[in-house]
Amino acid sequence: MTLTAERPEVVGHPGEPEHEHGPTGFVKWITSTDHKVIGKSYLITSLVFFCMAGIMAIMMRTQLVSPDNTIVSQHTYNELFTMHGSLMLYLFAGPFAFGGIANYLVPLQVGAPDMAFPRLNALSYWLYLGGGVTMIAGFLTVGGAADFGWVAYAPLSDAVNSPGAGPDMWIVALLLTGFSAIFTGVNIVTTVFYLRAPGMTMFRVPIFTWNMVVTGILILLAFPVLTAALIMLWADRHLGTHIYSVAGGGVPVLWQNLFWFFGHPEVYILALPYFGMVTEIFPVFSRKPVFGYRGMVFATISIGALSTSVWAHHMFTTGVVLLPFFSLMSYLIAVPTGIKFFNWIGTMWRGSLKFDTPMLFAVGFLIVFLFGGVTGIFLASPPIDFATHDTYFVVAHFHEVLFGSAVFGGFAGLYYWYPKMFGRMLRESLGKASFWFMFVGFWVTFMPQYLLGLHGMPRRIAEYSASTGWTTLNRVSTAGSYLLFIAVAIMVVNAYVSWRRPIQAPANPWDGHTLEWATSSPPPHHNFYRLPPIRSERPLWDFNHPEHTVRKYEEALHGAPVAAGAGSAAAVAVAATGGPDGGDER
Amino acid sequence: MKTESYMLLLFAAFGAVICAVYWFTSYEDAGTIMLGAFGLLGLLPGGYYYWWSRRMTPRPEDDPNATHAQSAGVVGAFPSTSIWPFVLGMAALLVALSLVFGFWTAILGFTLAVSAVIGVILESRRGGVL
Repeated sequence: MTLTAERPEVVGHPGEPEHEHGPTGFVKWITSTDHKVIGKSYLITSLVFFCMAGIMAIMMRTQLVSPDNTIVSQHTYNELFTMHGSLMLYLFAGPFAFGGIANYLVPLQVGAPDMAFPRLNALSYWLYLGGGVTMIAGFLTVGGAADFGWVAYAPLSDAVNSPGAGPDMWIVALLLTGFSAIFTGVNIVTTVFYLRAPGMTMFRVPIFTWNMVVTGILILLAFPVLTAALIMLWADRHLGTHIYSVAGGGVPVLWQNLFWFFGHPEVYILALPYFGMVTEIFPVFSRKPVFGYRGMVFATISIGALSTSVWAHHMFTTGVVLLPFFSLMSYLIAVPTGIKFFNWIGTMWRGSLKFDTPMLFAVGFLIVFLFGGVTGIFLASPPIDFATHDTYFVVAHFHEVLFGSAVFGGFAGLYYWYPKMFGRMLRESLGKASFWFMFVGFWVTFMPQYLLGLHGMPRRIAEYSASTGWTTLNRVSTAGSYLLFIAVAIMVVNAYVSWRRPIQAPANPWDGHTLEWATSSPPPHHNFYRLPPIRSERPLWDFNHPEHTVRKYEEALHGAPVAAGAGSAAAVAVAATGGPDGGDER
Repeated sequence: MKTESYMLLLFAAFGAVICAVYWFTSYEDAGTIMLGAFGLLGLLPGGYYYWWSRRMTPRPEDDPNATHAQSAGVVGAFPSTSIWPFVLGMAALLVALSLVFGFWTAILGFTLAVSAVIGVILESRRGGVL
């Protein structure tokens, strides 16, 4: 049935909650086109893939715990690191952000009833699920899953070196999830451009939504290149073309060029949403507006633009790329990222900080990502890259960056928005325990890997001999990975506890700033019965704390050097008449 | 609509500049083409939005002082539930799996895809359920 969505009323008229007549359970899962249902499906599916990939990581670390270990065979080890990387990057980090959290929140944050194309949204979930299951099913084939690394370099990925159905299923899985990402990107960008609430100008859109717009554009830029490259790879494997093979006059490095032209924007597709999540969390838990809103937006746009022209810093050692160009561009990306760090710290500076679990994870993100980013600057220098390429130094670097953003940032976002999505609170004590296990486990796992890299341990090896002297550091790293396992297990327990013994979440448990907290938890069908007036980038705060808005207004009236927007008067007028709504204090 | 178009045109300008710089420093074709395509990705929708933003009636979402009353009424039509995205997704999965297991899954997939397309069109026409 096609429903028409009416504009929600202005605050002050409590709307009549309509009863939802719709399917429930399994039928709801497969037929719903509601962005909230699809977002939750995406979220849970991607977390399942995250746990699978985590178990693969634990198996790899257990294999490396002592020299000449034979817990898994070399072939299995190759499958494990390939599928660990593929699951984490293609099926967890991206879909968790743009399919799960963004799908759920972007319409809420801009005050829209749903995504712009609800059925396309549902289709992208089914493509993602189909692709993910196909990728995992590679393990069931005779030759095993793909085992050429998540980057699938030619000529290792051709039909001679990687025969069998497993690699083909990997290719097909990426085609499907690639299309799902493209559809989601189109959906998010269109939603933000066309379905904003009145008064929600582009420069009042929450930073998370801004980051999702730039992410959506990067998806449109990157994924078609990957799709094209994969189709050519499949043609090489099955149709006898020689696009990536030297034998037939092809160019193997072309695969690397195409893959990394996808791959580097992909890194920012994985990072920008999490930057957005923590940018929502810092102001709320500092009880301040975000510091340098426009600077944040322009930093995001410049990261998006610059990310297109740094791809070959993954290929310095091929000897056929322009080192100064890519080195310079890679250094340049540090500038907008530095602006973001400055603004995050500026947001917390002299704020009244509350260290609830989301804030803890966000601060954890800040520290962890800083270390990953700094070692990234090392690696942007070709001489250092020549020395450390394909060693554990690089492994430690990109795990700090990606674990920092996708897991610390992602869990911050999950703890922050879980009450809104599921209508119940997570336990603070378990959340904090989970954080400290993760934070300590993280350093114990990855700092030794930097040292291992500097001692020359190559990545992707299943065994090493005792004479190399790498045993102790590997043991420490493995112990750390078990701590990470415990941290995630506590998180799962927390979700289980909140499911069995729910604590009802109020509409606005954190005293939030943005529109998603103006509606009930979880939001009704078509999201809003009423909206506060939108006069700044934090409409709900203005509405719930009229004293601040009034002061700003009066200062503007009496010529104090505070620039209040021309619309403040209207906000004050409405805020003074209607009582605070949806702003239950914790 | 202007802010959106400026953002996309900014991407276009960056793509054009970086494409030229890259070509004249490296003479490498794959990267140059991809950077040029990035410029076009910004230019085509950005140019269209800019052209349209000068002709359209101003929208309340671009007006910093808009009130909710200005845009009362219908936002749009949204489908509530539909089985067809699921059918289409499974059809796409079957078609894609034919790249691995041979042509027979594609026959099944295309049949499902056609039925899904017909289903979606009929559903949109009559506004029917499930």
